[in-house]
Amino acid sequence: MTEPTIYELSSAGRKGFTFAEPDVPAFPLPDEFIRKDLPLPELSELDVVRHFTHLSQKNYSIDSGFYPLGSCTMKYNPRINEVVARLNGFAQVHPLQPIETVQGSLVVMYMLQEALKEISGFPAISLQPAAGAHGELVGVLIMRAYHLSHGDAKRKKILLPDSAHGTNPASSSMAGFEAVHLPSDARGNVDLAKLKELCDDTIAGLMLTNPNTLGLFDEHVLEVIDIVHKAGGLVYGDGANLNALLGITRPGDLGFDILHINLHKTFSTPHGGGGPGSGPLAVAEHLADFLPDPLVDIIDPGDEETPPLYGFIHPKKSIGRIKSFHGHFGIIVRALTYILMQGAEGLRDVSEMAVLNANYLMALLKGSYHLPYDRDCMHEFVLEGVWPEAPDIHALDVAKRLMDYGLHPPTNYFPLIVNEALMIEPTESESKQTLDYFADAMRKIAKEAHEQPELLHEAPHATPVGRLDEVKAAKDLVLCCWRPEE
Amino acid sequence: MNTPANLRYAKTDEWVKVDGNIATVGISDYAQDQLSDIVFIEFNREIDDVITKGDALATIESVKAAADVNAPISGKVLEVNEGLSDIPETLNDDPYEKAWLYKIEMSKPDEVNELMDAAAYDQYCEGRH
Amino acid sequence: MFTPHTDGERQEMLKAIGKKNVAELFNVIPEAFRFPEIELPDSLSEMEALQQFSEWAEANNACGDMSCFLGAGAYHHYIPAAVDFLLHRGDFFTAYTPYQPEISQGTLQAIFEFQSLIINLTGMEVANASHYDGATAAAEACVSAYHHFRGTRSKFVLSPLLNPQYRETVRTYFGLLEDAQIVEPENSDSDSLSALIDDQTALVMVQYPDFLGNIMDWSSLTRTAHEKGALVAVCANPIALGMLKPPAEFGADFVLGEGQPLGIPMSFGGPYLGFFAARKELVRKISGRIVGETVDKDGRRGYVLTLTAREQHIRREKATSNICSNQGLMALAATIYMSLLGKSGLRKVAELCYQKAHYAADLIKRIKGYRLVNDHPFFHEFVIECPTAVSAINEHLLEHGIIGGLDLEKHYPSMKNCMLIAVTEMNSKAEIETFAEILAEVAHD
Repeated sequence: MTEPTIYELSSAGRKGFTFAEPDVPAFPLPDEFIRKDLPLPELSELDVVRHFTHLSQKNYSIDSGFYPLGSCTMKYNPRINEVVARLNGFAQVHPLQPIETVQGSLVVMYMLQEALKEISGFPAISLQPAAGAHGELVGVLIMRAYHLSHGDAKRKKILLPDSAHGTNPASSSMAGFEAVHLPSDARGNVDLAKLKELCDDTIAGLMLTNPNTLGLFDEHVLEVIDIVHKAGGLVYGDGANLNALLGITRPGDLGFDILHINLHKTFSTPHGGGGPGSGPLAVAEHLADFLPDPLVDIIDPGDEETPPLYGFIHPKKSIGRIKSFHGHFGIIVRALTYILMQGAEGLRDVSEMAVLNANYLMALLKGSYHLPYDRDCMHEFVLEGVWPEAPDIHALDVAKRLMDYGLHPPTNYFPLIVNEALMIEPTESESKQTLDYFADAMRKIAKEAHEQPELLHEAPHATPVGRLDEVKAAKDLVLCCWRPEE
Repeated sequence: MNTPANLRYAKTDEWVKVDGNIATVGISDYAQDQLSDIVFIEFNREIDDVITKGDALATIESVKAAADVNAPISGKVLEVNEGLSDIPETLNDDPYEKAWLYKIEMSKPDEVNELMDAAAYDQYCEGRH
Repeated sequence: MFTPHTDGERQEMLKAIGKKNVAELFNVIPEAFRFPEIELPDSLSEMEALQQFSEWAEANNACGDMSCFLGAGAYHHYIPAAVDFLLHRGDFFTAYTPYQPEISQGTLQAIFEFQSLIINLTGMEVANASHYDGATAAAEACVSAYHHFRGTRSKFVLSPLLNPQYRETVRTYFGLLEDAQIVEPENSDSDSLSALIDDQTALVMVQYPDFLGNIMDWSSLTRTAHEKGALVAVCANPIALGMLKPPAEFGADFVLGEGQPLGIPMSFGGPYLGFFAARKELVRKISGRIVGETVDKDGRRGYVLTLTAREQHIRREKATSNICSNQGLMALAATIYMSLLGKSGLRKVAELCYQKAHYAADLIKRIKGYRLVNDHPFFHEFVIECPTAVSAINEHLLEHGIIGGLDLEKHYPSMKNCMLIAVTEMNSKAEIETFAEILAEVAHD
């Protein structure tokens, strides 16, 4: 059933919320600045509650079922995180209050900084970036600032493996770099020969997603990092796939110079239908002074009588501020809740089970779908959603048909180096039973693709709407449900 | 794939039709097919602009992709087919006639010789699958 | 914790993949760096975690338990109960970006409605699904303008009364681009800004009401900028737009701002919501997600992410921005908030803020030693010059359970002893009077 828009539900004169009349004397309004009309809808509270309840029922979510989106780490979002973030003492705090009045929030930020440093193996971190892509932007700005601080203005190229995340090239060019593409070898590793060829004194660095978007850990990671370092470049790690590495290995130990961490992937904070995320950025010692303003530290150690005082510090050569205030505190507190509940052993179990789940699912599916890189995967793997015997079927059709089985499709058409890619990340949250059900549905769909291709072409059949006309959307560009007439 | 024999083609999928010193420029059938449903075109250059081979002349967007149109030759812009902005789907329907993009007065007519003929372009496209 | 595998299931799964133990799955990792010792505190049960975090939360002085006169970019407003109840629905907060529209119509329609509300609030023609916050929305306006002119214009004129944090953010985004130039006149009036606009200028950005609370008419600035071919961005407070003329009436090309006042808790600075609206001609130059209406194969109305060809995953290094998320849940909160308050409620809350702020300013300016600095109409923030250092006054206020205003000298060295005070519907008449009384006490000390 089509849900009306809030403007269609509006009824002139209806109210959903009332305020008390002002308790202060009235002052004249500045007439020349007062708007003639405020074209907002008019609904009752129940209208609003029902409308948004209906909308929520048209969504698929982790709460409703398996969500194996590759590189998105759709793990369970523990409810306690939500309770903690909404505690009055956290939610009702102004970001510019005197530090003496916000010691609780500052301790939380400090604790998360320390925990992430320990988990990732880096000595310094900023919690400011608002999302993974934001962390990346900060990372490449730091690369640029670092080279410029050495008077090295000619390093203008960033190497990007073809298995890197899609945001990497855009982040590079926003910081004024030229993106140079680096191919993968037949086993899904960085092509070492090509890397050596490209590494010279014009290279600012390499952005390496490891495990990469094929779900593969680079077999020569130490050599790759060494080659870049010898050429004077820095190695940026895209931590979007960190869920494979908790307690398994630390990117800082491997020699990475920079790493962003997605709290909304690895550390269980909810994706919220597209945000908010949080993308803390960790760096090696030689880059610590460039981190964005401000960081949290103990500014007075205190003594036996007085507890330590937490406050903000400003790195010496900081690239500057990258957003308002101090980062997504509401997400930071959720991530710390998760980390403190897991402890070191719990985190290692998370990555072990994420990797076990992915390898198990890969084993169940590789007979029915072509697996272009057949070796042990980490937390995700990539299949081809296409068969030579069923040439009219594409990955998109497989994806849409999965919806009819009550499942969310994998990421499709990414990475670009796999033809008709289906990128599957089960996460550690899922049980063997769920994985078995998914594998069974995938195998049935593979069979349907050969025997009843029209079932796939017309899929999905059991969703609130069918396939939508994207050409019409882009051509007609209706971006607003109602505007007052001129 | 339709590749008219009377045109010359660039590796970046533009075609050029030469008439004396005037070159008409568009995108190939192969290019429109790869982009699929085209929903938008933006012209970056105006009449009288002087352009150099390789300059970005226009951006074409489909639902799934976006592509730059690069100048296959150097010269001065004489005409822009601005009407396409309202009916960008013409690029899918008729890439070689109605959906021409620019008419350019060539400043280095020899550049045409660097472009591929139809047979070479066909072979080039074959090799990209 | 939160892994469902029994020992038996682990064994079955290992057998299916032909491994003896889980550790074997990690042989690819260089041995010297495999399975490091991680030092973290012992794990907590849910009960212990709640207790620990409650202690930390209580170590804060929450605004709810105090009187708050602090604003400067984040504001203490009432959030109707229904907002958070709806945000708690798992189908909203545990969903991902709506890349599969058939099973994401809830998120998509909510974003479409958010765009519609922002369009109507600002008077503009198009809006996106949001940016991270007001500061990054300001930076993205500069990025959009830069792309609009394809790099041929790279000068940005910022009003000195644009939020200092926003100006810093713009400088960080553009600081390392060799050709970019960011300028600020000494004075914030229209003529001073206009004097800096030339044929290299891509964008002029002003705030409405400005950082000191002043309401200014930006029509003449917009005219000058347009005559010289430059674009104009207005950074607006969305609650103020409940009663003030929308920036579209000044001729703005972009209207953006911090959406936190629209039903989002202050949460020590985030997550917030950057809203972003534009003229229709600029729709392909703006970054961030956009939702459009369309139909499905049976003609039923539905919504999809549209104009995706602008975005990073398709355009890669040629994309206008690297942004690939929006503040989905925060945009939903704002959508619910605006739907609940509606036409009359948003106007009402704006007027309450205005009236209470003026009552406070009126009381304080009568106290000996204090002076109201604003000489323009103001909305819900104003500047008071105090008889002594703002930090000292604020310490005194804090002893009485009052969070005082921002010390402006930190951002504007010439504004010695000046305090930026914010008043909202949350401040009762009695609170305002106590605030004034204590200020009077300080003056006499």
